[in-house]
Amino acid sequence: MSDSAPIGCDLCVIGSGMAGMCAALFAANQGLATVLVGRTGEIIFATGLLDLLGVHPPGAGTLWNDPWAGIDALVRDFPQHPYGKVSKNAIRAAFEELTGLFQSQGLPYTGFPERNAAVLTAVGTVKLTYRVPLTMWSGVAVRQRRGACLIVDIQGLKGFSARQIKANAAGGWSGLRTVKIVFPGANPEAEVFPERLARALETESVRASLAEVLKPHIQDAEAVGVPAILGVSKPTEVMQQLEKRLGCALFEIPTMPPGVTGMRMKEAFERGLAARQVGLLLEHKAFRAVVDPQSGFGIDVGRMEPERSIRAAAVVLATGRFMGGGLEADRHTVREPLFGLPVTQPEQREHWHREDFLDRRGHPVNRAGLEIDERFRPLGPAGQPAHPRLFAAGSILAHQDWIRTKCGSGLAMATAYAAAAAAASELKKG
Amino acid sequence: MNQASPAGRSPPCTSIQRSQRDILETQVLIIGGGITGVGLARDLALRGVHSVLVEKRDIAAGASGANHGLLHSGARYVRSDPSAAVECREESALLKRLAGHCIEDTGGLFVAVEGDDEAYVADFPSLCARCGIACKPLSAPEARELEPVLSERLIAAFQVADASVDPFHLCLDNLCEALELGSGVRLHTRVVGFEQDHGRIRGVRLINDETGEESTIAADLVVNAAGAWAREIAALAGVEMDLLYSKGSLLITDQRLTRRVINRLRPASDADILVPGGTVSILGTTAIRIDRLDQIVPTVAESDHIVDTAAAMVPSLSTTRYIRAYAGVRPLIGSRSLENGRALSRGFALLDHAVDGVENFISIVGGKLTTYRLMAEKTADLLCRRLGVERPCLTSVRALKSFPANRWTAAGLSPRLWMQANATGDLLLCECEMVPASVVDAVIQSIHDQGGPPSLYAIGRRSRVGKGTCQGAFCGLRINAYLYDQGRLEGRQGLTDLRSFLGARWRGMRPILWGTAMLQEELQEAVHCGYLGLELGGRL
Repeated sequence: MSDSAPIGCDLCVIGSGMAGMCAALFAANQGLATVLVGRTGEIIFATGLLDLLGVHPPGAGTLWNDPWAGIDALVRDFPQHPYGKVSKNAIRAAFEELTGLFQSQGLPYTGFPERNAAVLTAVGTVKLTYRVPLTMWSGVAVRQRRGACLIVDIQGLKGFSARQIKANAAGGWSGLRTVKIVFPGANPEAEVFPERLARALETESVRASLAEVLKPHIQDAEAVGVPAILGVSKPTEVMQQLEKRLGCALFEIPTMPPGVTGMRMKEAFERGLAARQVGLLLEHKAFRAVVDPQSGFGIDVGRMEPERSIRAAAVVLATGRFMGGGLEADRHTVREPLFGLPVTQPEQREHWHREDFLDRRGHPVNRAGLEIDERFRPLGPAGQPAHPRLFAAGSILAHQDWIRTKCGSGLAMATAYAAAAAAASELKKG
Repeated sequence: MNQASPAGRSPPCTSIQRSQRDILETQVLIIGGGITGVGLARDLALRGVHSVLVEKRDIAAGASGANHGLLHSGARYVRSDPSAAVECREESALLKRLAGHCIEDTGGLFVAVEGDDEAYVADFPSLCARCGIACKPLSAPEARELEPVLSERLIAAFQVADASVDPFHLCLDNLCEALELGSGVRLHTRVVGFEQDHGRIRGVRLINDETGEESTIAADLVVNAAGAWAREIAALAGVEMDLLYSKGSLLITDQRLTRRVINRLRPASDADILVPGGTVSILGTTAIRIDRLDQIVPTVAESDHIVDTAAAMVPSLSTTRYIRAYAGVRPLIGSRSLENGRALSRGFALLDHAVDGVENFISIVGGKLTTYRLMAEKTADLLCRRLGVERPCLTSVRALKSFPANRWTAAGLSPRLWMQANATGDLLLCECEMVPASVVDAVIQSIHDQGGPPSLYAIGRRSRVGKGTCQGAFCGLRINAYLYDQGRLEGRQGLTDLRSFLGARWRGMRPILWGTAMLQEELQEAVHCGYLGLELGGRL
């Protein structure tokens, strides 16, 4: 490890997924000197949709148009669910602060007051979500009224078939049409990639050419759906300028991850957090954490190996699950590798997963994770907080299955908000 | 597809485009599309005997597609079953000459480690010699030089002539040659009953599980080659069969660990064979007596047992990444009083059910992949005698024909050809195994020729699709999108198909979910359920 001086801060957030990014944002908004450490993060896999709660209980597959009522039911049935430890006002505040950051970075969100929106997916199924990027909103509206709609796919873009979307979404929606186009300037014989198309569309002339290609196909369409390729950094502008040329509404459908939607979020976070003076150590992994009950935490971080240390008075652990590295599994057990915290989990590997992948009840290991107290402090072996100023947020927490209940973003935001608030209040105590 | 594609110039599996559904009578009706059934179809076709093969699922869907892919030198059976050892020696040598395109002649090693039975080790060379099986002793350092992953605790090693065979390729080429010679096939077609009259089967009643279509085929002779399902078929004809089921589970590593087949030198036991197969290695197996055929699923306990046991031979097996487990079932003819499945003969039984009162009904049960040709020959000899056909068997002298559309089951082939063709316009639909759209097209054409539906499952059996690290999570979505785009899928059929494909892949993933595989699973579930909501059945 190089001998560069340690970085000092009030709070070190470990993990650069949705929960880590949110925790850093909320902590910075609370005035804490914050450093964020994390590898690429799962955020590049994000669809861009901000879920709050879509399904509960997963076994029954009950869908909730009102996610707040859904949360009531969820917390009633699973009192240990992390949502049970956050007030609705805190969740609302978290949404406000996060969408505020996105708005300021050119990524505005919208949605229905108090209820979920139904968004068309890349295979033509429909997903319930709470807040939707403005670039996807016309799709919600046109689907809701079953208006005349054209879905466009692009020659050479894999995993996105307009005909598939229509085949699965068309029940009762007769005004749905499809067309395949060659992207302006692209070789029709070659593969095309969402990011390159998105960057190309940030140029006026490419937008003009695309509009010319699309125009003859629009006919009676009130809205045109395209894969999510409408620019990376200024998608709303790209959309609005194309809409002006086309004379009808335009909307995006998230592509298979990783796609442009995740990149937009990641870039917006990075710009927004930098503007709030958050120290960003991205592409860095936390290799080792030393805990001192008196002075706080020493965390060794680096790209491939430990390069420097962070000294922090408090830590929010938001390292996620297996993809994020927050949990690790060998053949016998699931561990939390950084602090060695106890992980609540099924007793044997035999019981980690159900026999059917799509079993609606979800896999028991997906509810494995850290136990926390009311202030989001992970519990040590004795059932007491492992450290007074160690907090945890996001999917590393036990007793939730964000994938099956469709609450990933909401869970990340809500728990990050609560953890950051608890950290701020602990630190103020001195 | 365009010309510059690996599969661009491949002719379809068979040029004979006869409508399989129109054939309503035949000389021999073969039940079962495993290696026994397709081998028999080819043998009969070469003798000018017409057959129709019916298979309730797909080619090699049972034990034929769920084994090590090991072409035995015979050394494994020198003590337990010397006559089987000799058969293996002869047949493997013959197949290397006549079906070499389905075989990788890797060679093999038998190795013992500290604690293994030294008397068994000492007897091994003379037992091999007695069966005429070449076996060259190696010192432990020599063996470790050939295969560096072998344990440092090696006490003995012998080199033998084992090889690796691609059972899917072998099955498909046997089938295609039979079809080209005029035989018939019906996939996804189940036998539901026999029309019997005075001790003869007059007609075999069938139902196509894809279309629901019912039909009856009249046959002079009916052969039950249904493998583990032979007892159920026999029962439909009112014949009782004493058949036991021994489940064997295997694991696939994400990399090829050895150049050669590695056998543990000890009496046949669990997890003692590691077979290279293209870019991966296959480790197994177990032997667990089951009583129902819906229990052919690899379990968590079995995968742990296999890893723990085999690590004595190759220590890195306890840390390597596995991408999949699978299980097959050995049908064993024998007395119910025998406890251990392995002690039963691996030899085959040719049962003429005339003694059971059905004169034109024959069952061929048991056997090994290595000796499939011999089994087919013996069965065809009997059938020809009964039909009064006097033509010699040709499969021992005539090379198995290689059909271009069937070669895509080989790992590493499509990436090589794709790169050679520099076919940038030929989109790679499966990125793990680099299977381009042109190969998917060729495979779909061959499925069409065989009268099956172009499902992800059928495509996966005939190519590397779904066999890489994503285990179908992403290629399944890409290929589905492609099939819709090409107009081959309509309505919600594609999503139903995708769910069942993912379900089948899951049975192989579940037992090996630890370590890195957990990351892959999490990503897959986030996409399939978190985003697409596939578990919800597409409601709203």
